[in-house]
Amino acid sequence: MTVFSFAFYMFAVITVASGLMVTLSRNPVHSVLWLILAFLSTSGLFVMLGAEFVAMLLVIVYVGAVAVLFLFVVMMLDIDFAALKGELARYMPLGLLIGVVLMMQVAIGVGVWQVADGAEGLRQAVALAPDQVENTRALGLLMYDRYFLLFQLAGLILLVAMIGAILLTLRHRKDVKRQNVLAQMWRDPAKAMELKDVKPGQGL
Amino acid sequence: MTSADFQTLMPEILLAGYAMAALMVAVYTTKDRLAPLLVWLTAGLFVALALYIGGAGAGQRLVFNGLFVDDPFARFAKVTILLSAAAVLVMSQDYMTRRELLRFEYPVLVTLAVIGMMVMVSSADLITLYMGLELQSLSLYVVASLRRDSAKSSEAGLKYFVLGALSSGLLLYGASLVYGYAGTTQFAGILSTVQDGVPLGLLFGLVFMLAGLAFKVSAAPFHMWTPDVYEGSPTPVTAFFATAPKVAAMALIARLAQDAFGGIPGQWGQVLAALAVASMFLGAVAAIGQRDIKRLMAYSSIAHMGYALIGLSVGTAYGVQATLIYMAIYVTMNVGTFAFILSMERDGRPVSDIAGLNQFARKEPLKALAMLVLLFSLAGVPPMVGFFGKFYVLKAAVDAGWVWLAVAGAIASVIGAFYYLRIVYFMYFGAEQEPVDSRMAPVQWVMLVGVAAIMVLGVINLFGIEPAAAVAAQALVR
Repeated sequence: MTVFSFAFYMFAVITVASGLMVTLSRNPVHSVLWLILAFLSTSGLFVMLGAEFVAMLLVIVYVGAVAVLFLFVVMMLDIDFAALKGELARYMPLGLLIGVVLMMQVAIGVGVWQVADGAEGLRQAVALAPDQVENTRALGLLMYDRYFLLFQLAGLILLVAMIGAILLTLRHRKDVKRQNVLAQMWRDPAKAMELKDVKPGQGL
Repeated sequence: MTSADFQTLMPEILLAGYAMAALMVAVYTTKDRLAPLLVWLTAGLFVALALYIGGAGAGQRLVFNGLFVDDPFARFAKVTILLSAAAVLVMSQDYMTRRELLRFEYPVLVTLAVIGMMVMVSSADLITLYMGLELQSLSLYVVASLRRDSAKSSEAGLKYFVLGALSSGLLLYGASLVYGYAGTTQFAGILSTVQDGVPLGLLFGLVFMLAGLAFKVSAAPFHMWTPDVYEGSPTPVTAFFATAPKVAAMALIARLAQDAFGGIPGQWGQVLAALAVASMFLGAVAAIGQRDIKRLMAYSSIAHMGYALIGLSVGTAYGVQATLIYMAIYVTMNVGTFAFILSMERDGRPVSDIAGLNQFARKEPLKALAMLVLLFSLAGVPPMVGFFGKFYVLKAAVDAGWVWLAVAGAIASVIGAFYYLRIVYFMYFGAEQEPVDSRMAPVQWVMLVGVAAIMVLGVINLFGIEPAAAVAAQALVR
């Protein structure tokens, strides 16, 4: 067994096992930690495919931002996961039955899988071969040239998400005191307090 | 990317630029006080773009490396979408202002949703299809829960979001299976690869994609969200849900079926026919027990989607033409009906119970007459335009040899006529109890009476949409 195939099997087994642990672990915080492990080993698989840019993206974006965000949400929201699981258990038999039927159907589909004759030619037409250009440049060519329209549309979708989040959560409360930064900056120390010379024994 | 690419995409670019500009201007000036003006501006822009698109040259242009297509079919759908969205916007302005619902984000989100719909009907690639669909759906999820301090509105938004995300997942899974088989996401490429044989995996993908899209048009058995979302959302938003997005999703099904899988009509025809029959009968039977007019309109829209799907399932150019005519008529009828529902109130609060309409004709004979015409048209009673919509789809089914489908449609429309006519009965002969008032802004009055007039006068030549729909269908079905 070469080092390459050993590394592949190691990453693959860790990915699948930690994916399983995400769903099985009782503590939601542990689930998120297992998820991070799954992301890390997947990025290892990407490196082995020669897609180093996607691998780094996975580590930086998913591990660095998304998973940490998950962790915060799980810790901050006080959700009673035991009660949720109890609710889930009621529908478990039906869900399992549907799942088994679906799995069997997919197995039939994959069992007789075939690819169209012309498919290979169509597939190669999309991206440049990896030995001609480096990863980042190939991605850039696809995203900012060939799929420029889709890139811009994705931007619009994110804009909608942002408007929606603000529209549905932002409310202006009138009963709280707010910090007025400009008023604080322009405040004049000379006018802020008044010194009075109080004579002893006389008072004000 | 050439200037021709951008020129073809001009309407969408203009709308996107307008949406962002309107957002910035409103944020930095008077915020919600600017909203009524924005609503009218947006509606005006929609109408102007509809005129521009309707008058744009003939022919077909495939731009942005085959991601986006502009053809007569897309133009017909876009004009319908833009005009109906403009109508719903102007008639909701008065209602929302009085209920303090009119936020300046509302017209902006509607604009973004309309961009999504325009991209949907013009998509020539699986990725474009998904991008347009998500842009539209996300905007709709947000406006569904616009009345955020009401539990029902929040429930509507959340339910729509969760089930919509599930259906998007189904659609994506199907798209990945199709891509796996064909090796390309472009419709033209898929069409060329399915010519020589259809493996089971591709069929799986096709069915998954159709299931995801059936959710978006709320065809049975993927309709569960519809009544709750229609009832819980603010009424102007419900009116929007019932019009433009339905046209876009129906056009998208036609586009996917004909452009990507046009070589194998036997495979998707039976799926669409099954959806059509289930929707027609479920919509007709389940609406009978409804006491809330918004829920009733939800079941009515499910049934109407069933009829529109008949035209698509037969797979002929005439069928697509019939569906386009049907959708145009359906949208017009819904605009008029919702103009009336928006005006229903009791002691200044909006109500939607059907029982309140008892003896309505005695109080407001003209509005009752307009509603009578609209409800007869929705039911498909012969002298009205609604009958011709049904006639075209049933004729398309008979011409293509799907006689059983046409018979099922006729039976379902007889069952469905009961609940429309029951409202007419209540309005004219019902027993008086807790009557509703109908307080209408001039725009709503114009919409209600205007649409009722269209439903009667349209029998002369359907206002010329028939040849336009024929050109559109010819461009799609080759």
